[in-house]
Order: sequence, then C-alpha cells, then structure tokens
Amino acid sequence: MRLERQALLTTLQIFRAPLAVAAITAFGLLSALLGDGVWDALSWIALAVPVVVTAHYLCRSIARGKV
Amino acid sequence: MTSRRLRIWAGLHTWTSLICTLFLLVLCLTGLPLIFHEDIDRAFGQRATADLAAAAAMPLLPLDRLLEIARQARPGEAVRFATAVPGEPLWNMEMGASAESRSLTAIVTIDARTGRIMRTGDRIRSPAMQFLKDLHTELLMEQPGMLFLGLVGLCFVAAIVSGVVLYRPFMRKLPYGTLRVEKRRRYWLDVHNLAGITLTAWMLVVGVTGVINTLSQQIADHWMRTELAAMIAPWRNAPVPAQVTPLQDAVETALAAFPGMAVATVAMPGSMFAGGHHYDVFLSGAEPLTSKLIKPVMVDAQTGKITEARDLPWYAQALFISKPLHFGDYGGWPLKVLWAVLDLMTIGVLLSGLYLWISRLAGWRSFREGATDEA
Repeated sequence: MRLERQALLTTLQIFRAPLAVAAITAFGLLSALLGDGVWDALSWIALAVPVVVTAHYLCRSIARGKV
Repeated sequence: MTSRRLRIWAGLHTWTSLICTLFLLVLCLTGLPLIFHEDIDRAFGQRATADLAAAAAMPLLPLDRLLEIARQARPGEAVRFATAVPGEPLWNMEMGASAESRSLTAIVTIDARTGRIMRTGDRIRSPAMQFLKDLHTELLMEQPGMLFLGLVGLCFVAAIVSGVVLYRPFMRKLPYGTLRVEKRRRYWLDVHNLAGITLTAWMLVVGVTGVINTLSQQIADHWMRTELAAMIAPWRNAPVPAQVTPLQDAVETALAAFPGMAVATVAMPGSMFAGGHHYDVFLSGAEPLTSKLIKPVMVDAQTGKITEARDLPWYAQALFISKPLHFGDYGGWPLKVLWAVLDLMTIGVLLSGLYLWISRLAGWRSFREGATDEA
C-alpha cells in the first residue's frame, strides 16, 4: 500500500460511527422484542437512526450538487 | 491490509454478492408487501374478522362445539390443529383428510362467541399474498427452494462480513459520511459504502434470521424425532382411545397448570405434533418475549391428565425468536414502516453494488484505486 502524505485514519476512527449506529440498531431490534409500550417507542427511535443518518448525508451531497 | 489480502477480500465480496444479488432483489421486493400482509389482506376483505353481530362480552362457546362446526362444514375431513387467532375471538381450524394427514385441505375460521364461520380458505392469506410468500420463502419450489434460499442467505452474510472488512481500507482517508460528488462512479462507491456500513446490523439480523427460518422444516422434524418421540414413548403402541376427553377440558387443564399463559394452538390426537394418545396443547407466555415462544403440554386424551410439559429446545426457540426479528411484526405499525424503509435502502445497497461491478468490468484496477489512490 502506497503511503500518503495525508494522515490516515485509525481503525477506531473509521469504525467509531458505524459501531455506534450498529449498537443503536441492536438496541432497537431488542427493545421491542423484550418490552412493550415505551420500549416499542424507543425501538422506533433507535431504528430510525440508520435511516436518518444515511438520508442526512445523501441530502447533504445532493445539496452540494453535481450528481 | 496488504494488496494481496485486499484482493482476496474484494474478490470474496464481489462473488458472494454477485451470487446472491438477483435472489436478494427478489427477496427484498416480495418481502416489502409481505411486511404488511395482514393489513393488505384486511383492507381487501381477504382476512377473517370477528363477527360484528356478536357483543364483545359474549361468552365463548366450548372448543368442542367449534370442532363440530368445522367438521360439519367440511364433511369427511378431520381437524388437525386448532389455532387461536391472537387478540381476536377467532379460531382457525386446520383441516385434513384425517387427523394424521400431513397436508392441509382447508382452514375454517370460526368466531368463538357466535359459532359463525367467518372465512374458509385453503390458506390464511389471500391467494396473492400466499403467492408472494411462496416466492419469498421457497422460490415456488417447496423444500429444495427453501434450502436454496438458505444458501443465498449465507452468501448474503458472507457479503456483509467481507463488506465490513473492506470498509476499512476504503475509508482510511475519508471520515464517516463522506460522499464525493465529483465523479459519478466514485459517488456511488461512497453511497454504497455509507449505506452498507450503516445498515450492517439490520441486514445481518434479517439475513441470519432468514437463514434460520429456511430450516423450519428440519427443526420441526428433529423436534418430533427427539423431544416429541420421548414425551409419547410410553404410549407408542397404546391404542387410540375410543372416547377422548373434550378439547375444552384438555385446554383448561393445561392453562390451570401454567397460570398466566394463553393457548396458542392445539395439535389434535393423531396429528403429527401430538401422537395418537394425546392432545398437544401449545401455550405461549404473556410477556413480549415469551409470547413469541410456545410450550408443548401433553394432555392424555383418555384420562385428561397432563403427562408431560417441557420447554422447546434451544434450536426451536431460536426459530421462534427468528420469526419476529425477520418479519418486523413485533412493534406495531411504525416498526413495520421502518422495516419497509430499511428494506428499500437495502435494495439501494444491492443496486449500487451491482452498478459498481458493471462499471468496473474493464478490470480490477479501479477497485485498488478506490482503496489507495483516490482521495
């Protein structure tokens, strides 16, 4: 692998955000399974996170144009 | 990651994805309406509903009366399973040529308050939903199709894992969420990486639980050969009782022994899940999690006494927990909507991956560029 002048991100930096989203997703999948009422609502919020995060970056890129 | 290892992981990701992409597209597209199958069938009047002529507080008829009604409606046939519809005063009587028969002839849905037959069909679902379900679960090819889709699911899991491994070399210089808009191919690579890594947990759970669901026949067979065979072993050669205990009494005995549980379904004496000498009363719990599980209670059809009750073994529990986690039907309609959105986004991951492969057919070089040179 060719070395770049630009600093490379560490593995932790690369996976920090994806791991956080995965943990929130796992919480959402389990909370509705293990509880009712408020746990269902928490599950909806948690499972909306991967959707909202992806949509946020997509909208931002579209706003920047060209594609 | 060395160039050689990168190439191996990239090859693994490309080929496992290519093998399963077409089938996954079919699964995502058929799965989308199946998330809402009950709601769709209800909207088109294809689902049995409670009898409107009945008052909500009317007492329930004894289950034996419901058996009689079903038998009268289907002369010459026998009830194999009696299944309570959750949350409604309805029972599905699953009929067969005999109780022993392994094939379903009809499902008679009866309101337990009035005894009125609310629907008779060869399946619970409408023909359209049943077609989508058969396509989704077995590619219309029964057991071989279902097991094949299990292999497709394993390919999907391998594609997700290799995708996560590849995410690191591709993102050495790009913070999470970067979408470079200058070049079309690079933009779609970034979109594929972002959506893929963000949906990883959900796709893995739906993929793995889907694979477990493809083994439902094998799991049921193994349970019958081992657990059920052990529970009814002392009665293996006993004659079928001439006079059987009423079903209502058998169910009440089971419910009394396990307070707080509800009856999910009853396998009638002679049917494949009960053996010749018992009712197998399957109870489910009242908690959100235990309501997804069933507990078989063997009630002697002659004496009306419980001979044994044991929890399902781990592999059968895994199957019953896998169902809601695959269908997304365990947290109200907002969860179903989220399931549908995540399903559509998965289609986006599949299509962007397909686009990247097609646009790179010239050679593998640009893959390496994506990992090392582009910044």
